[in-house]
Amino acid sequence: MAKRDYSLIGPDGARAVETGLAAAEWYHTDVPRKVMKELMQRSDAPAIRDTILLYGLMVLFAAIGIALWPSWWSAPFWLAYGVLYGSASDSRWHECGHGTAFKTPWMNDVVYQIASFMIMRNAATWRWSHARHHTDTYIVGRDAEIAIMRPPAFAKLILAFVGIPDVIAFVPRVIQNAVSGPTAEERTFVPQSEWGKVQRVALVHVAIYAATIALAIWMGSILPLMVIGLPRLYGAWHHVMTGLLQHGGLADNVIDHRLNSRTVYMNPISRFIYWNMNYHVEHHMFPMVPYHALPRLHEAIKHDLPAPNRSIAEGFAEMWPALRRQLAYEDYFLRRDLPPTAKPYREDFHRDALGTQPAVE
Amino acid sequence: MPTWIRACATDDIDEEDLIRFDHAGATYAIYHSPDGKFFATAGLCTHENVHLCDGLVMGHLIECPKHNGQFDYRTGEAKRAPVCVNLRTFPVKVDGDDVYIEVA
Ligand code: FES
Repeated sequence: MAKRDYSLIGPDGARAVETGLAAAEWYHTDVPRKVMKELMQRSDAPAIRDTILLYGLMVLFAAIGIALWPSWWSAPFWLAYGVLYGSASDSRWHECGHGTAFKTPWMNDVVYQIASFMIMRNAATWRWSHARHHTDTYIVGRDAEIAIMRPPAFAKLILAFVGIPDVIAFVPRVIQNAVSGPTAEERTFVPQSEWGKVQRVALVHVAIYAATIALAIWMGSILPLMVIGLPRLYGAWHHVMTGLLQHGGLADNVIDHRLNSRTVYMNPISRFIYWNMNYHVEHHMFPMVPYHALPRLHEAIKHDLPAPNRSIAEGFAEMWPALRRQLAYEDYFLRRDLPPTAKPYREDFHRDALGTQPAVE
Repeated sequence: MPTWIRACATDDIDEEDLIRFDHAGATYAIYHSPDGKFFATAGLCTHENVHLCDGLVMGHLIECPKHNGQFDYRTGEAKRAPVCVNLRTFPVKVDGDDVYIEVA
């Protein structure tokens, strides 16, 4: 395959539309309607509990961090606060963006807006880019949320653990959005009726950062930025660690989430921060199922899925060497073997769409 | 000319649920609301042509299974992004145990 062009307005995107890879019908495991309806049921209780816990811990850790500032004894509290600010906000943004975290719509909206601010994403733009990510998951030239492009840019990946590429991309973009609305690329997936909202959200974000910076200058201290803004850098590592595992090293340009997404068993703390998105194949196949029901969904359909990775470490041990091989040969990917109990899906289509027999171990 | 077509029996759809109904090359969604009434809309979401039959009925809303867009199935009104375009609705009548929809 020729070098991939990830631009949303480039030739790979156009080819995906021509070949039927874009907006295709994706594989879904058969689940009886009664079971699926039960799994899709919404509830406020789990998300209210988790949100009180999340924001309560953030207030507690930040208060201790401020009280001990500028002593190094404050460092562990900032690190804990940072992970909740710079990583848990990613999963809250995600689940509330889907509208599945809470049953009550305004609760989803409030947490979505707060989380979007913390994770430095425009709440109006990213709703649409994420819809595209679900329509065309890891379809080159269509998906605006491909975290690891081929060949992987390792320096950028490593810097992502401290949020640097995201913040570097965010700052000019939020200013541009505040001045003139969505960029040309964003206009390919954000409907025109929403362009004004993109601009208004950016203005609010810019105003909060400007006020925080002004306060820091007035105090002659970075302390205000330790609370707002900087945790997006020093607390990003967990969401990058879990986020890279979602699709890293797996196939692109396929229309079966079992082949391009990764489910990883994780410890309870990571699952709280990540809101169960470690069940990532399941989430992509059935985005209607709320985070708290994903473990049950996993049990219901695991006979039809590739074996999950058993830990974060095992996921990285599998993914990282595959990414290194993509440096030399960008068509390389990890093929997911389906268990004998699974149904295959459109293998001929995948071969044709890729244009070659995929390279595998 | 508008015609009444039998879509299903009343007990084919659980309360607060929907089923798919295909007729003459078109596809529809038939709903049974929590207050015991029946409604019909076009079957495909106006966002990306995904069938609504795998979605979730919550009260008088249908949530699309693909990107969680929502419509009020009584009026077809788009209620939650990413859907922006309203859904077409069709008149429904119940005659005995049968549900009919009026198609153009
Ligand atoms: S296809 Fe229905 S919300 Fe996107």
